[in-house]
Amino acid sequence: MEHREGIVVFINGPVVKGVNMGSFKVNEMVTVGEKQLIGEVVSIDGDTATVQVYEETEGLKVGEKIHYTGRPLSVTLGPGMLGNIFDGIQRPLAKINEISADFIPEGIGLLTLDDQKKWDVTVTARPGDFLQPGTVYATVQETLSIVHKLMVPANISGRVAEAKPDGPYTLNDTVVVLETPDGRRVDLTLCSKWPVRQARPVKKRLPIYKPLITGQRVIDSFFPIAKGGTVGIPGGFGTGKTVTQHQLAKWSDADIIIYIGCGERGNEMTDVLEEFPALIDPRTNRPLMERTILIANTSNMPVAAREASIYTGIAMAEYYRDMGYDVAVMADSTSRWAEALREISGRLEEMPAEEGYPAYLPSRLAEFYERAGCVETLGGQEASITIIGAVSPPGGDFSEPVTENTKRFVSAFLALDKKLAYARHYPSINYLTSYSGYAGVLENWYSENVSPDMMKLRTKMMRLLQEEAKLNEIVQLVGEDVLPNDQALVLEMARIIKKGFLQQNALHREDTYTTLEKQYKMLMVIDTLYENALKAVKMGIPVSTIRSLDVVQEVLKMKFDIPNDRTELLDQLHDRIVNDFSELSRKYE
Amino acid sequence: MRKEYLKLEKVEGPLIVLTNVHDVQYGELVSIRVDGSENRKGKVILIDGTRVVVQVFEGTAGISANNAAVTFTGEPMTVPVSEEILGRTFNGVGEPIDGMGEVLTNVRRNINGRPINPVARKYPRNFIQTGISAIDALMTLIRGQKLPIFSGSGINHNQLAAHIVKNARIEGDDNRNFAVVFGAMGVKHDDADFFVRSFQESGVSDHVVMYINTADAPIVERIATPRCALTAAEYLAFELDMHVLVILTDMTSYAEALREISSAKEEVPSRKGYPGYLYSDLSTIYERAGMIKGREGSITLIPILTMPNDDITHPIPDLTGFITEGQIVLSRELNQKGIYPPIDILPSLSRLMKDGIGKDYTREDHADLASQIFAAYSRVQDVRSLSQIIGEEDLGDIDRLYLEFGRELENRFISQGADENRSIAETLDLGWEILSMLPVTELDRIRTEFVQKYYKGKQNR
Repeated sequence: MEHREGIVVFINGPVVKGVNMGSFKVNEMVTVGEKQLIGEVVSIDGDTATVQVYEETEGLKVGEKIHYTGRPLSVTLGPGMLGNIFDGIQRPLAKINEISADFIPEGIGLLTLDDQKKWDVTVTARPGDFLQPGTVYATVQETLSIVHKLMVPANISGRVAEAKPDGPYTLNDTVVVLETPDGRRVDLTLCSKWPVRQARPVKKRLPIYKPLITGQRVIDSFFPIAKGGTVGIPGGFGTGKTVTQHQLAKWSDADIIIYIGCGERGNEMTDVLEEFPALIDPRTNRPLMERTILIANTSNMPVAAREASIYTGIAMAEYYRDMGYDVAVMADSTSRWAEALREISGRLEEMPAEEGYPAYLPSRLAEFYERAGCVETLGGQEASITIIGAVSPPGGDFSEPVTENTKRFVSAFLALDKKLAYARHYPSINYLTSYSGYAGVLENWYSENVSPDMMKLRTKMMRLLQEEAKLNEIVQLVGEDVLPNDQALVLEMARIIKKGFLQQNALHREDTYTTLEKQYKMLMVIDTLYENALKAVKMGIPVSTIRSLDVVQEVLKMKFDIPNDRTELLDQLHDRIVNDFSELSRKYE
Repeated sequence: MRKEYLKLEKVEGPLIVLTNVHDVQYGELVSIRVDGSENRKGKVILIDGTRVVVQVFEGTAGISANNAAVTFTGEPMTVPVSEEILGRTFNGVGEPIDGMGEVLTNVRRNINGRPINPVARKYPRNFIQTGISAIDALMTLIRGQKLPIFSGSGINHNQLAAHIVKNARIEGDDNRNFAVVFGAMGVKHDDADFFVRSFQESGVSDHVVMYINTADAPIVERIATPRCALTAAEYLAFELDMHVLVILTDMTSYAEALREISSAKEEVPSRKGYPGYLYSDLSTIYERAGMIKGREGSITLIPILTMPNDDITHPIPDLTGFITEGQIVLSRELNQKGIYPPIDILPSLSRLMKDGIGKDYTREDHADLASQIFAAYSRVQDVRSLSQIIGEEDLGDIDRLYLEFGRELENRFISQGADENRSIAETLDLGWEILSMLPVTELDRIRTEFVQKYYKGKQNR
């Protein structure tokens, strides 16, 4: 092996060039300079290589050495990821904090999962077994709610030559030795490495058919998300993107949540770190943190690592997917990732396309979102990755390149609206311009598992909201009072749908999460109110009289007052509505 | 003795280019002696082999290819820090300009700092009572928060900032652990003087550190000014355990300086000619606010920026809003109506408010009350635009109540005296008083128990 060592000749922020690097490979990880800053080769031109550096380059000199590592930028996959927080290149932030208190310096080297901790391993492979890629050879109870399955890496298969007994092992201990058909012996430990930019293989892709239940009414009932689907959430600042993403991370019924804080606020990550361990997952009764992995590359951390953080997150997601889990990835925000691409592209002096973004922005976005999906894993299990990407369009202008291109590659689009946010209508998902391409696909699931008329009710409510939007144009010119009674009823019903159903308070103990059953019954109650009110209006009863009925107030507050596990109260409310209206109409007869 | 380079290859805008330079560090501080006497500072911003590009903080006016002697110091740019800096005034690059001599300390800190590890951060939860109703009730300031003021030229944002400084001090602090760090980028002399005077009047001036780059001072210097200020703030907060309030004004001038350098470097521009890294760059300033576990002190950051053309979608306010934890937006319309402080409450927001208010912090009903005021005031806007078309007389009864509510809210709740310091209880009670003009059926954001306890209107409809 030739001795490979480059020499720094050019420094411009995170972009460094070195000579004597003809034998380096693109995407290879390197260490730069005396401080051994971590970098990645992005291009090679003859003898010169361009390196993007994941750490601060202040203090670096021309003439310092660049060393190769011989492998591409990779993640270490093994037990110890859940409940942890990493930077953009999978270095555990808690460990960094032990090395350097409070502030993140450069040159701390490549850290990864804890290799001292002993895990209780159950070895499932037996000597003589023939193992295919993706077969589980051992399991570890990583947290009380998640079993970590150790799988034979892709492209390796063979007969088990040796299997260690069950017991405590560290990350790099060999637990199984495989003998491949060509006679090589391969040690299988508790961990493996995977290049982040490469998608992990699966047996085949499966059609999408079940929802990711989020407990957020506007999403589950109006714009459902599918497990294995892709979702874009664009919104200007202050529209509640992060709260929406946090809500999804908390309440989605995925097995594993990977939350990528990409170029966002430090305090938001701290918030998650403080809040999630205290929150209990309603399905497993364990702290939410036990199923969560956080990746934090906050806005003030080096920009190149921000670019990598998205890939680090998705590679981890694919690993847990391969164990047969449903994984949801929240990327907040993909715009910051795109900006990191732009910044580096600019420093590489590439020809810019739209708004300075590189021409490969759309293809990179597509590659990222295409790593979502419902699949049959190599091990033969059904599993999925759902990607929910926040987009931060400058000035709230959805026609900018990142939003536009994201729209092309996602099937559900939850547009956050400034006007709704200003009125503190949260979540500020615009019910007129948002869409979900999964509503049709999931119709069967909803009719089998919730109620056959769930989707019908949804369509009916959405129609009312659309009618209201049209009427509002008239109201803005002539005022509400001149509308005929039936149109005034549409406005009133739209108000009830918005306040009583769509608005959901993330901070309210009862309101923060709504079960599908309660959602359905709430819709049913609103529908009953509408149908009865419609009859009443036809009899000439004024809308103002209807509005002042006690049941209307009850409908508006049912989201707060009726707990998820007491939905029979909604049936009672339904009966009261029918009663009160028949009393009302008797008075008018 | 370090080597002096006497020949410049190129002088362009704020940049100088040298060739045949060896052993230079990226980002290091450069000292430039012009005509044998005047000293300027620079920073290495690009190294290409032996060719080095240096950004000169004081500008390149008067520099020729032959009259400058350039020395590379081998150090990043630092500022002196110690308890002694309290009460002192520095220029935009951290040199004393108050005639009191150098700061006597061996401690110097790199002005670029390093990112706070999210694991080490302490989530800010302590409410700061500013005494300003609109802020305390609706966009509560939290200790350790970064909450900018979005203003426009001609609106008196300085008065508001001074008002906050004056009142924020009182809550539980004595002078010993309270400090103000003031960074001024491209401000007018009279604005700088205004702050000096207001600090004197509120009796904090011996606990203020000022870094001042006035409008006529070199533009590039502004790049360093907020960094000097925050380096001082970090020292005071995290090493001397002080609660530090940092005021930075005007971030618009800062961003313009950044654009100027970017264009001199011939970088690919992004929106409105600002560099593509404006977001990352601003974040390295704003993200230095916060609290750290195990340390007593805090940095609360209030940057002020003037929105060009009052446009909140302009890249500077836009990118700022994406980084900061909310914003206080000032309205020209309210300003012209003579309402002080002219806070436009609808687009204003405090993201940290949710965890710093309520039962154990302010009062149980605070969150619901704030949410209802926002919702109601948003309705006021709709009613106002309707009444402009059909006239106030033709409005429905409820709509007319909303109009009246809007007026009262602006004139009694948002508006207050320039010295007035309202307690949070006073503020919330006033909110209820005005909200009680609306019928109880309109209060759909407030839990029934709070309505029963605090609502002052007729309970029965």
